[in-house]
Amino acid sequence: MNKYQKVAYYPGCALEGTGHAYNSSTKAVGKALGLELDEVKDWNCCGAMEVKNVDPKVQTYLSSRVMAIAAHEMKAKVVMAPCNGCYHNLKKAEYDLANDEASRQTVDRISKKAGHETYQAGSLETIHALDWIKDGIGEEELKRRLKSSLKGLKVANYYGCMYTRPRHIFPEKDQGPGSESTSQPHFMDDLLAVAGAENVDFPLKTACCGGAHTLSDSDTSTQLVLNILQAAEVAGADVIATECPTCHSGLEMHQVRAEKVLGTKTKVRMLYFTQLLGVALGVSPRKLGVHENVSDGLALLKEKGIA
Amino acid sequence: MAIHEKSLIRPENLKTHDNLVLDGVNVSVHWSTFIQSRVVTDYNEAMEEEIAALPGGEHINRCWQCGSCTNSCTVNALNPDFNPRYWIYLIRTGMESELLRDKDIIWQCISCNKCTYACPRDVFPEGVMKATAHWLELKGHTPKSKSTLFDEEFTAQVVATGKIEEGRIIRNFFARTAQPLLQDWLVEMVKRVARRLPFKQGLMMGWGAVFRPRTRKWAKASAAINEYVHEQEARNRKALNLE
Repeated sequence: MNKYQKVAYYPGCALEGTGHAYNSSTKAVGKALGLELDEVKDWNCCGAMEVKNVDPKVQTYLSSRVMAIAAHEMKAKVVMAPCNGCYHNLKKAEYDLANDEASRQTVDRISKKAGHETYQAGSLETIHALDWIKDGIGEEELKRRLKSSLKGLKVANYYGCMYTRPRHIFPEKDQGPGSESTSQPHFMDDLLAVAGAENVDFPLKTACCGGAHTLSDSDTSTQLVLNILQAAEVAGADVIATECPTCHSGLEMHQVRAEKVLGTKTKVRMLYFTQLLGVALGVSPRKLGVHENVSDGLALLKEKGIA
Repeated sequence: MAIHEKSLIRPENLKTHDNLVLDGVNVSVHWSTFIQSRVVTDYNEAMEEEIAALPGGEHINRCWQCGSCTNSCTVNALNPDFNPRYWIYLIRTGMESELLRDKDIIWQCISCNKCTYACPRDVFPEGVMKATAHWLELKGHTPKSKSTLFDEEFTAQVVATGKIEEGRIIRNFFARTAQPLLQDWLVEMVKRVARRLPFKQGLMMGWGAVFRPRTRKWAKASAAINEYVHEQEARNRKALNLE
């Protein structure tokens, strides 16, 4: 059996809040493809950027607790996190626990006091929703299961920072043909191309949306988001496909803010890549939460005759 | 000859004279501009060690000033004064007063990690920026930045309940930074969503969230983290000679 057939699922806090539609569309796509998700029991926040800024080792502990439950209690071999922040932090904790004695000691100490087994590096493989679909189903099988096509839809694939940087926490990337690239990521491009989308040549795939300071330094974030939106429009995109709830809500929020504060209007819409795949797999836009997005993706899909 | 690269010199260090006679020669036209010589006497020799003692700053000593960090920096592209390479140089040479000129923008590092990706010496410049911003705050050179206030609000919630609830964070952060919650762009965003799903408005922003998400069996973890964080705070203050 494929090792990604059934994985431990770590949705994270954002997917229970602003990223609700990413959660429902990820589950819907999994269901349509026959992939199983087993949610991590009693999971906690991964620590995000914020706890890391207060103390990096507390973030390492928080992420390790999630992995400890998945690996030692649920006996899972693979944990899947659709949120770039969660995915990044689990990967970072894995790296720190494998390479840094001080991190190991701190995590062991807090884990013991918290009353659970300490996570041992190497017990679990952390993957992103992109890996899950790309390697769990593969392009040929995905193609076989398509119910419709995204034909005529021009897509800019936006991966953000946390999916590829820094390189050292992603040892499986940049490993030649078939592996993901940290400088030119392509997994989302590959999947959406199979679904019939026309991927535009988008130079800001891994540019920063300013998510870390989205509210504390809004002017900077608005400018960074505007760069991304305008570059996508210049590249001819109708849609920016996203794979992270922080990027997605950042793009949506600052698109509105740029309009209100700077008077700069952009038309490009944001949709989670799972929403786009879901549509091609015949899932109804409502089940994929398309109506929950701030930018009106539904109108665009209708206009293109896709949904 | 006149000085052509005046833009590279701080205006206050340029001395120009309308009428200047040196040794009986009138040099008022071409030779009237001088650069004031600079003598640095107030080295802070402890600065590098102190910043290296804070989380993220550990590897500052590896830097060999290639400038890959500044070259790849997201914030530098928006503001050329945001210069990690230069700040690392100032910290390592102990030039505190020079560093303090930029004290109000260092916290703006957006943690995109392009510098960490590019750095050939594994300095982890992103961590050094965080350590430097903390150092400035702990030493009292700057008030806590909005970013720090946000991080503290977020972390307090995670430690208390194991999870965050976005609406609560936004409300508390805006209250702590004395900003009105009803900013017109936030209101506009909620309106656009509400047009399509009025009953879920509360869900999207968490404004109507009555129940607070919590991790089950969290109390012991919360206590253990709190104990560790307090210990680290004391350790950091000691490393910076603050009592």
